[in-house]
Amino acid sequence: MDHLLELDGLSVSYRTADGPLPAVRGVDLVVDAGEVVGIAGESGCGKSTLASTVLRLQPKDAVVEGEVLVAGRDVLTMGWGDLRALRWAEASIVFQGALHSLNPVRRIETQIAEPIQLHEPGLSTAEVTARVGELLEQVGIPAARSRVYPHQLSGGQRQRVMIAMALACRPQLIVADEPTTALDVMVQAQILDLISGLVKDLGVGMLIISHDLSVLSDVCDRVAVMYAGRVVECGSAEQVFRAPAHPYAKALAQAFPRVGDPAARYAPAGLAGDPPDPHAPPPGCTFEPRCTLAVDACREAEPPLLDIGGRQSACIRVGAA
Amino acid sequence: MTTLAAAAGTEAAPEPAEASGPRRSFGRYLAGKVLGALGSLLFVLVVNFFLFRVLPGDPARSLTRGRVVSKEQMDAFREQYGLDQPLAQQFLTYLKNTAQGDLGVSIRYNVPVSELIVDRMWPTIALVGVSTLLATVIGVYLGMVSAWRRGGGFDRFSTGITLTLYSMPEWWLGLLLIAGLSVGFGPLPGIFPTGGLNSIDADPSSLSGMLDSAWHLTLPVITLTLAYLAEYSLIMRSSLLDELGENYLTTARAKGLRDVEVRRRHAVPNALLPTTTLAALNIGFVVSGAITIETIFSIPGLGLLSYEALSIPDYDVLQGTFLLASGAVIVANLVANLIYGVLDPRVRT
Amino acid sequence: MSTTSPPLSARQIARRRRTAAWRRNWALFRGHRAGLVGLCILAVFVVVALAAPLLADGEGLKVTKATGGVLESPSGEFWLGTDESGRSVLTMLIWGTRISLLVGLLATAISMVIGTVVGLVAGFFEGWTSRLLYRLTEWFLVIPFLPLAIILAVVLGRSLLNIAIVIGVTSWPATALLIRSQTLSIKERPYLERARVLGAGRWHQMTRHVLPNVMPMVFANTTLTVAVAILSETTLSFLGLGDPGRVSWGSMLEGAFGVGAMTTGSWWYIVPPGICVVLVVLAFTLIGQALEEVFNPRLRER
Repeated sequence: MDHLLELDGLSVSYRTADGPLPAVRGVDLVVDAGEVVGIAGESGCGKSTLASTVLRLQPKDAVVEGEVLVAGRDVLTMGWGDLRALRWAEASIVFQGALHSLNPVRRIETQIAEPIQLHEPGLSTAEVTARVGELLEQVGIPAARSRVYPHQLSGGQRQRVMIAMALACRPQLIVADEPTTALDVMVQAQILDLISGLVKDLGVGMLIISHDLSVLSDVCDRVAVMYAGRVVECGSAEQVFRAPAHPYAKALAQAFPRVGDPAARYAPAGLAGDPPDPHAPPPGCTFEPRCTLAVDACREAEPPLLDIGGRQSACIRVGAA
Repeated sequence: MTTLAAAAGTEAAPEPAEASGPRRSFGRYLAGKVLGALGSLLFVLVVNFFLFRVLPGDPARSLTRGRVVSKEQMDAFREQYGLDQPLAQQFLTYLKNTAQGDLGVSIRYNVPVSELIVDRMWPTIALVGVSTLLATVIGVYLGMVSAWRRGGGFDRFSTGITLTLYSMPEWWLGLLLIAGLSVGFGPLPGIFPTGGLNSIDADPSSLSGMLDSAWHLTLPVITLTLAYLAEYSLIMRSSLLDELGENYLTTARAKGLRDVEVRRRHAVPNALLPTTTLAALNIGFVVSGAITIETIFSIPGLGLLSYEALSIPDYDVLQGTFLLASGAVIVANLVANLIYGVLDPRVRT
Repeated sequence: MSTTSPPLSARQIARRRRTAAWRRNWALFRGHRAGLVGLCILAVFVVVALAAPLLADGEGLKVTKATGGVLESPSGEFWLGTDESGRSVLTMLIWGTRISLLVGLLATAISMVIGTVVGLVAGFFEGWTSRLLYRLTEWFLVIPFLPLAIILAVVLGRSLLNIAIVIGVTSWPATALLIRSQTLSIKERPYLERARVLGAGRWHQMTRHVLPNVMPMVFANTTLTVAVAILSETTLSFLGLGDPGRVSWGSMLEGAFGVGAMTTGSWWYIVPPGICVVLVVLAFTLIGQALEEVFNPRLRER
């Protein structure tokens, strides 16, 4: 059976004046129904670019290679008509920064109804209105508030509206790009609860992008850690968060200590240095310049993503062990 | 799901009041704009009054500049204009007269300025109204297409043309058009009348007379439209470019909308909002265009009236037309602001 | 970087940083083709204005010394023909460059000083004075330019300085609003708060922190204002409100209109001055837009 989402050797680079700028380099990833997969990484590691390719929404100056299969069909090569039919009906996106991702001068009901009317033109106005009301109730906003404008809602409520909108056409796959960034911690927890509840109830597949590994560990079944455009670690959420194998995954896990985890207090937190300049990547492992465990061999070749005990990691030390 | 709904309640603390809030804040917006317009109007009245009475020293002397007058004549003149009274008293009298529509008497025509204005109003309204309408539609359209195809051939061409038009005194463009299309250039005969509002033998009240007037107004309208549309087009282009960078358009595309629909439903309506405000702020240039274009085409409207009053100088006429032009611009601005308030919920609620 | 060089004084550091900033901005500006074109056009006109006495005899502007016939068409002697008094249009055009640029710059200077001061004060200080200044600016902003300029010009009388004053005092409000909004946003930035906590006086904050940060926008705005000022000078002169003793492009066009040059086919009297106006105004506009993009990162991204 086809996977809900399958990324196959996906590479994206941006055309710039200084030559192509790689953002995503050879990512393979699979999301199945009822499964929540997370992608973690620092800003600039290519995770948002990756999310945008799922519905072929990448900027015009991006060059994409590989395959993005949604329910078995390649999004990157299909015709515009097929693509428009697929967008939102089969896969939808919860964008980051709901304030800017919602049209500021349209009522939220109009914005939620828009994709429904587009993809299910047979529905009567009353049916659409009823569906919008249900959707709002489903994300915890009273249907009576459907006539407000985005600026009249709080940040958390706006994010709820975004989620309701993503559910509007009952898609099988939802991509959530930093869904909780810019929300305070309490609201963040509520939104995460909402998301995992919905995934469980509706049986959809979900791809969540976040820089915050602790957010992902709460809701995800599997997590992939990206660094400099590549997946460097991939495994169950528990494995990646509790016992990360790749030194970068370790550093990322330590950056977000969980309350009540005594180990986190003693581990050195933080990571020195910046991600590599994509125009001039280091010769071997891209993480080598920042790695505290680097050896000479790290500078020779980029280590491949290897299977080790039910998970994958791209570090020569892990492979050797 | 019920627990989630309950949880949602806890974060709803800073929720804006819904029932009475919007109306109240829109009321405040409205009141603010009306007060602002009244302030501007008062400001114009003060400028109008003091500029002519205080700035050039003895007003009686400057009002009679260029003419030889005896001391008795001067005194009589002062008394006639109430210039022997204290300034505050004079200002109040001026306000009262203005409110009653008494704008003084034209030296040149020896009729009340208000009558002159009513007489000369219609050609200006026709000229400015039609040109503004055409310019808005064409300008906004050009700006829209330019922004949508930013950097493309159409954009370069359209922006080049509009920037050149913007850099051009509109009356110079008018002179060129008169030379080319009215007088004719080289072997090419002229098509349009060179100026005026009617042919000598036409009866302005008959249908053929009206068509004749419309024919006379064609070239002035073309000139003014070209002059105005540059401004609107540039404003619309930059507003839409601002809008095109916004994320909600990506959302709209992700929903499966065609690019045309994204533009028509989301980008353009939103870009029109700032365009309204900016166009309102720049409404003063409409007045400038009316003055110069009526001058070069000899259209007997308010613009030509001001121009003729300049050389005499016919102070009461200048003051009257200034007051009228400012008042019109202030009112137009207020209307634009109110429309904006109605269209943009961020202001209304 | 080098360890041998002596430590730099605060002033030297500031100067280096400023030089670096200018170099960076110049690099950005150079990447802007339209801006460069504008700069080249402007350079030509500035050279013409400065070299006017070398290019054409100033005596040629006097009606009494005119050597040509009435409205002669272009010839070997008079490249751009003559006006109604027999003066060379080319000579007038060259000397008119001076007046048009001079009035434009003078008016802009007046407008900038008023606009910057009003904007800074209205943005930086709190209380009723700044509120009143803000209101005043808003009121002034909606008064239509040309009618106000006309009555001011009539009252003040016709002279070069007066026309600059008229344009200056009627065109400052837009600048004031821009400066005010910039000042307001800078006022909220952390470094200004730090300066306040460290005991910096208002004068120090204003001159050392606010003004340097507002300057780039003022600079871009100035260029755009010059364009408007030159356009305004031309229109006011055309309406007969310019200095009667001096030749500017606007006064040439007034003369051309007065003798009906467009109906007699004397294109050489109408076309060249207008083209000069368009080119100079366009040049300033293009430079101003390029500067705005250089100084405003938000515009640059587009």
